[in-house]
Amino acid sequence: MPTRRIVLIIIVIAIAVAVYEAGQHRSTAKGGHPGALDSTAATFSLQDLDGKPLALASYRGKVVLLNFWATWCTPCRGEIPQFIDYQTKYGPQGLQLIGISMDDDAKPVQDFYQQFKMNYPVAIGTATLAESYGGVLGLPVTFLIGRDGRIAAKYVGAAEMPVLQQKIESLLQSK
Amino acid sequence: MRTFVPAILLFTLVLSAAPTARAQASSGPSDLPPGSAQLINPEDLLKLLQSTTGEKPLLLNVGPSLLYMQAHIPGAEYIGAGSDKQGLNKLRARVKSLPHDQLIILYCGCCPWSHCPNVRPAYNQLATMGFAHVKVLYIANNFGTDWVDKGYPTIKGQ
Repeated sequence: MPTRRIVLIIIVIAIAVAVYEAGQHRSTAKGGHPGALDSTAATFSLQDLDGKPLALASYRGKVVLLNFWATWCTPCRGEIPQFIDYQTKYGPQGLQLIGISMDDDAKPVQDFYQQFKMNYPVAIGTATLAESYGGVLGLPVTFLIGRDGRIAAKYVGAAEMPVLQQKIESLLQSK
Repeated sequence: MRTFVPAILLFTLVLSAAPTARAQASSGPSDLPPGSAQLINPEDLLKLLQSTTGEKPLLLNVGPSLLYMQAHIPGAEYIGAGSDKQGLNKLRARVKSLPHDQLIILYCGCCPWSHCPNVRPAYNQLATMGFAHVKVLYIANNFGTDWVDKGYPTIKGQ
């Protein structure tokens, strides 16, 4: 009888450990680390190139396309004209683009901004901000943040625009 | 006639040399195509760094500082972006007193290999200065994908 009880206790403990482990893995995959899908996008408060406040919180309720880029990054530069079009096309439906430049110096970013007639706010990034999105260790990196403030998609490298556009439209439809 | 023949010979020589010069310019060391002898793969660099024997390289990061601050290879020194005049000046100053047979490894990883604006100017700078043992870390996609995500060691900060 005592032996059966011990076996039963061991089985219960084993099941409890298995359930706990499964929970741990799930939380790692979804929302367990900064920048993960379904996790709440890290808030930030910066100044844009004109010195105006740029805070993610002020766009709550909108779909936000957050693009980490740099002027020296060729694939990044290639995406910008499309992003300008997205801001024009989808802005009235609730899309807001935000550019975070990883340039070491603001001057080339300001020049680029003027030259390409960028129509959305851009700020110079920090290592801390990049880390709060899971690290930006290569460019470009683009996040789509839903109206609920959660990260809905992440694109490392140049995004496939049809895929990105479809996701934007899908997020804009959700209220 | 006497002056005409040497002129034709000279003209022929120039014509035959031109394609060679063009070929050297287009496939010269500055291009650093994947698979070229000047490159070292992440796996091989890791082995080299972890080896207790052999020559230890001088590992220099020639990429953007915001990426370096988030994560870089332990032992690496930050120089500055190789695409930048200031970065190249710092690179020159750093290696000026070193022997030309010093093993130097450059790396960046800011973006896909073919688009990296930093490693080629840095490599060319060292080649121009006469450094004969310079390797460049071949990072196909970016430092995150090709080094960090593989679980290779990194540290943060300047």
